[in-house]
Order: sequence, then C-alpha cells, then structure tokens
Amino acid sequence: MREVTTSSGDGSKIRLTEDELRKDIVAGSENAARKGKIDGLTEAEINHMVDIFRQPGKTVSVESGMEVIVTDDGAGISASWGKPSAGHALPMSDHQNILMYERVYCGDTCGLGFPDYSYKPVKSAIGYARSHYKTISMLTTIPLIYGSQPNMGMYYHPTGPIESPSDYFREYDFEKAFQVQEDAAQMMRKDIFYVAEQLYEVGCEAINLDTAGSAGDADFWGCLSVVEDIKSKMPDLPVEMGMAGEMVMGLHSKMIYKGERLAGMYPHRQAEIAARAGVDIFGVAVNSDTSMSTPYNLSRTVTFTKAAALHTSIPIHANSGMGVGGMPMTLLPSVGCSTRCAKALVEIGKADGL
Amino acid sequence: MGGVRTAGDLVAWMQLTGRMKIDQAKDYVATRLNLKLEDLTDETIMAKLRYEKGLGSVIPDHDEYTGMAAKCKIAELLDISINSVNLFKQHLNG
Repeated sequence: MREVTTSSGDGSKIRLTEDELRKDIVAGSENAARKGKIDGLTEAEINHMVDIFRQPGKTVSVESGMEVIVTDDGAGISASWGKPSAGHALPMSDHQNILMYERVYCGDTCGLGFPDYSYKPVKSAIGYARSHYKTISMLTTIPLIYGSQPNMGMYYHPTGPIESPSDYFREYDFEKAFQVQEDAAQMMRKDIFYVAEQLYEVGCEAINLDTAGSAGDADFWGCLSVVEDIKSKMPDLPVEMGMAGEMVMGLHSKMIYKGERLAGMYPHRQAEIAARAGVDIFGVAVNSDTSMSTPYNLSRTVTFTKAAALHTSIPIHANSGMGVGGMPMTLLPSVGCSTRCAKALVEIGKADGL
Repeated sequence: MGGVRTAGDLVAWMQLTGRMKIDQAKDYVATRLNLKLEDLTDETIMAKLRYEKGLGSVIPDHDEYTGMAAKCKIAELLDISINSVNLFKQHLNG
C-alpha cells in the first residue's frame, strides 16, 4: 500500500499508510466534535482531506477561485526583527521590510508592532509607536494592522503591579484570587484602549488583539470589553482578534460577558461572543498535539474552524503556524505541511482567511 | 490572495471595514471594479486595471500612484472609510 510522508506534531518526518492516514483524520475530527459538542467532518470531507495528504507534489494549493486573504501577527515584519520575535535579523528598517512585504512578497495586509509585543510595553513607548505607524502608513497601500498581545499575565508580580492569583489559590483564598484577576483585566483593558486611541489619532487603519485569553477567562473578558470600548469611541477602527488557544481556560472560571460564561468556550462560541463585542475579523487558534500526526492535528483544527465559520457572521481567519492550525510545533515546519494545512482550512474548514 | 499583485488588498479592506466573509468581499470588489470574480486573481488584468485606476502595483512606474495616493483612490473606489486617508485629507484641507 502506498505510504504518505508527513510530519508529527513535533515536526519530525513520519510515514503513514493510507489506512493510518484515514484513521488519524477520523480520530482528530471525532476528538474536536466531542470536545466542542459540534458536528464532525462528513465522509466527503474526510475523503477530501485524505486526497490533500495523498497529493504527490511537495506543496499543494487551493483550487482556483478559492483564494483567501492573509493577515499576520508579525510575519510581514519578520525580516527586520530578531530571533526572540522569530525574525530573520536582516539589517533593514521596518519601513523597508513592510514595503518589501507589500510589493515583493505581495501580502494582502501587513502587521506592524513593537518588538516587545504586548500592549503594556507599547504604552510606555507610545510616542515611538505613533511616529512609526504614521510614517509607514503614508507609504503603504495594503491595510497596515497594528498588532500586540493583551498578555494579562504581565500585570502580575514580578513584572506588574498586581499580586499573582496563584499566591491566593495556594492559600485557598479564592475570593482574593478572583479579585486580583478582575483588577488585572481592568488594568489591561485601560492600557489597550489607551494604545488604540493614541494610534487612532495618527491614522491607524486597524488593530489586532493577538493571542487573546492567554491568561484565562479574565484575560478574554478584558479583551472583549476593550473591543466594546474601542467600537463605542472609534466605530470606524477595525479590530481583529486572534485567540491564544482552542479553549478559554477557566483560571477565574466565573467571568461572564453579555450573559455568557467565558471559561471553557471553544472556537465557535468564542467567535460568536467576539462578534457581539464588535470584533471585525476573528482568528481561530486550535492547538497541535506534539505526540500526534499532522493529519490528526489538522483534522481537529478543520472541524473547529468549520464550526466557527458556519456559526458566525464575521470573517474567520484560521491561525496556522508553529503549534496551531494543524501545524507542527516547530519554528521551521515543512512546506508540505503548511500548504496542506492552508488548503484544508480553506476548502474544508471554510476559513475566510489565514 | 496576492495583495497588490492582484486584488488581495482590496478584498482585505472589505473584510476589515465591512466585516464581510470572503465570498461577499470578493463579490463586492468585483462589482465595484466591473470585473468577473476570476479576474480578481488574474495578474494581467489586475496590473492593467490597477495602473489605470491608480491603485498601486507591484512594479510601479515613477509617475504611478503609490502609498497614500493609491490608498486615497482605493477608499474612493470601494466607497469605504480608511482612517489614515481621512487624516491625510484633513491635513491637506485643514
């Protein structure tokens, strides 16, 4: 029986028989369907994904007419940034880099940010962020999206002013543990709004809350709340939100937004609540299991993405790279995997972008 | 989708400013440009059209619209509000 070459979730090359390939795809879809309480892939969709992995070319692409657009969280600016930001450390300015991304690599949009990629440090460097954004936006034609991470964890000791909830959990002081998370969420909300407002004044075309919910449900609550704040004061500032993971962790567990409990939400419900907050483009992030195969991880992601895309009226962009979106957890995944993930996420997952 | 090589940036503007799903965004752009859907990713057709309408391109001629000038034309053509364009026009006319 013909074997298919692909990658494990840790990036190492593996070979699967066609039976093993199909079995992994079915298992991945069933896992997502069970966890998310959503529909699994149909027989036709499973066959389609098997075909994508069986294609003999090293790379694959979507069918003509199914092209989608790309937004990013630093990929467009990676040439001029250094290794801590997964950049290539080329001796060039961000200005040159972004124009190269626009006219040489032909990205549909480009992300801009501060190398210390969280809203909290951007607040301290807001003058730099404003001049940087304004100067570059005069030169670009494609949408220039200012991205940064909400990263509520930075507001706790030792990097922030608020006591860590884990100190209180350790002492079984749950009420205090809840309170410090709520305080951190409010502080983060104010900082993100401040940065958005400051950038809006210099012509910001769109803003990205990248890896929302990384510190749990209170973090996600802060992100949804600030989107509402932004839309109330600056209704014409488009907001993109990308998630930190496939499920909102219940580190607080009692956070409610618009009547919905946030802890435990999977992508289709995250997308729905984000749309209600005012988000314009939502990024689904589904985690890869490093001990499983790419077909398994991709099948899980496609199942979750399809549910989000069908469930929500706003565009869904599937986060795909380095441990999410079916991709192996490695900085340099094979192009065989990355192109197969992209094709399946668009053709089967119905993603509106990547 | 190809960015300024095709119509990728135009479709992206519609997703951002109009919360449009991919098919709706493509339909909108194709209608505004008076093109068929498949033309949106045709480099030959789009290069000519972008030059004629001043929408910026991959290999801009020295007298061609680029950067903010192209973005002003895009906002007009797609009938959308782009914050940087609004600020630029406010500075021009203020």
